[in-house]
Amino acid sequence: MMRIARMVLDPLLAGILSLLMLAALLVVSGYPVAESLTALWRGAFGSWSVIASGTLVRATPLLFAGLAIAVAFRAGILNIGAEGQLLIGAAAATAVAMIMPTSLGLAGALLVLLAGGLAGGAWAAVAALLRVRFGVLEVISTIMLNVIALNITGLLVRGPLQEPTRIFPQSALIDQALRLPRLIPGTRLHLGVALAVCCALGLAWFLRYTAPGFRLRMTGSNAAAAASAGGIDVRRVMFSAFVMSGALAGLGGAVEVTGVTYALYENLSPGYGYTAIAVALLARLNPASAIGAAVVFGSLEAGASAMQRDAQVPAGLVGVVEACVILMLLASEWIGAKVQGMRSLNRGGTPHDQVLEASSSPA
Amino acid sequence: MSSPALADFLDASVRSATPLLLAALGETVAERSGVINVGIEGTIIAGCLAGLVAATVVGPNAALLAAGIAGIGIALIFVVVAIGLAADQIITGTAITMLGLGLTSTLYRVIYGDGGAALSAPTLSVIGIPLLQDIPVVGRALFRQPLPTYLAELMVPAIWYWLHRTQSGLAIRATGENPGASLASGISTRRVQTTAVLFGGMCGGLAGGTLVLAQVGTFTEGMSAGRGFVAIAIVALGRWHPVGVAMAALVFGMASALQFLFQALNLNLPYQIFLALPYLLTLLALALTRGVYRAPAALGARKAVRG
Repeated sequence: MMRIARMVLDPLLAGILSLLMLAALLVVSGYPVAESLTALWRGAFGSWSVIASGTLVRATPLLFAGLAIAVAFRAGILNIGAEGQLLIGAAAATAVAMIMPTSLGLAGALLVLLAGGLAGGAWAAVAALLRVRFGVLEVISTIMLNVIALNITGLLVRGPLQEPTRIFPQSALIDQALRLPRLIPGTRLHLGVALAVCCALGLAWFLRYTAPGFRLRMTGSNAAAAASAGGIDVRRVMFSAFVMSGALAGLGGAVEVTGVTYALYENLSPGYGYTAIAVALLARLNPASAIGAAVVFGSLEAGASAMQRDAQVPAGLVGVVEACVILMLLASEWIGAKVQGMRSLNRGGTPHDQVLEASSSPA
Repeated sequence: MSSPALADFLDASVRSATPLLLAALGETVAERSGVINVGIEGTIIAGCLAGLVAATVVGPNAALLAAGIAGIGIALIFVVVAIGLAADQIITGTAITMLGLGLTSTLYRVIYGDGGAALSAPTLSVIGIPLLQDIPVVGRALFRQPLPTYLAELMVPAIWYWLHRTQSGLAIRATGENPGASLASGISTRRVQTTAVLFGGMCGGLAGGTLVLAQVGTFTEGMSAGRGFVAIAIVALGRWHPVGVAMAALVFGMASALQFLFQALNLNLPYQIFLALPYLLTLLALALTRGVYRAPAALGARKAVRG
């Protein structure tokens, strides 16, 4: 019961905190506070249709990418490549959708999603291989793979996947039959939202109640102990967790093209992979809590557009709020302790380092 | 290739490489002290805006200074959270990037109005070195450039000297390799890392200032366009050594100059391949030279000993 209460309360508190911070920033930069916040509220929660078409649709890719980050961090892998994995997933899904026979119906749509997930996983596997086989820090490799993914997407929408008239840098529209069905007629709420929630709950169950989930958590909290005392093949666990992380992000990209944009664009993602880090941290790396966290950030982003339109407040201000939320979460000791365990592994960890880290951790 | 086209290409390469080199040199110093600052992108964009604002008031030369100071300001937040509170460096850096991008786009609109009208700043003039600039092909690329290019070039030997021939450079490298032992031998690792990161922030700010004051002449939202991430790749490709970093920066500069060359030669090649190529090269270099050269041992480690 406590856990459920916290799953609701934590995002709520963070939401209130973000609003206070936003209000302070508005005051400092001289915008009308009441008017701006009203616009934000209208844009995020003003009506059922706004909640469904704006906030929840916006929260979906954040949830997928947030889950990707959470599962990687739990395994002690600092995957900051969710952005690239999401883009590759979107690109692969679009490519498959272009050649998929439309007679398959929903099965075809699911195959398209599968392609996205596989491609995202494969993209993460590159970084995973570099880490596990060649000792390349995944932080550096995923940053580079993000840029390469962005360039591949740019190349595809100007080359092989460009729309038939060859004027705009985007793909042709995905066939009606392969798009994700709408959950509520008249809104943009699509099946992908439900899929994301299922993934979150499934992942929470996996981490908590299954043996592989247990091995993943052990590897993340102390790789050396997991290997020596637990007899866990930590390299294998890390590789699988990394691929699973990429697959989740890739699935998010596939859902975005089949549920929202219906086409591949170069700037499909306004930084979902980076905001997702805030989502995962706010959820304390707990997949079920990520649902609420994604809604918080989804509503902030949906509301920001309304705020810019109605009160002329630059939408960039929301980026500042998101950044401040991350920094404040970092400052709080809880996150500090959580990440501590994960860092000890991430350093690759000679026993010597582990001892230093252990001696340095606050009691 | 005709020699004027080649000269143009080299000139464009050096120009593109300059802000990358500045940012990467700063990041090199930070990483040698064991701190990876993924927020370098945030310091660059801060330098861009500060450069523009200051240039309209005090002129381009003093504006370069302002850009460096803005970079230090952003890096200071990183220092407080990642070094002071010993939070995770990667996550802190990501937040700093988001903060820098959001803050600059907001401030730009606050200062210059909603439209964010394209505002042009006075730019730094090109300084030609007599005689040397007339050397065929390479003369213009090396000896006819704005101030920041010379600054970046001089910083390469200066930083090498600092890191490898001075006491404080030794302290930086020792902290990056083994913070515990450094602390035990009387080095204030916290102070060393703070200095290194703030220096990195200044370089990032200068890189942003260069972008505005020597190249674009105006500010647009997100104009740093991932150069902070390029800088991190350059440091890795350059093997955490100033000279290697300079060569790596030139490789990345050439890659982005290729697209101008192709336009000039009317070649219709997909330029994205060339933009992505150096990253691929870096990944390969990192994978294949494992153990020969490597990152500082304690790179990214949280504070080793509470002190």
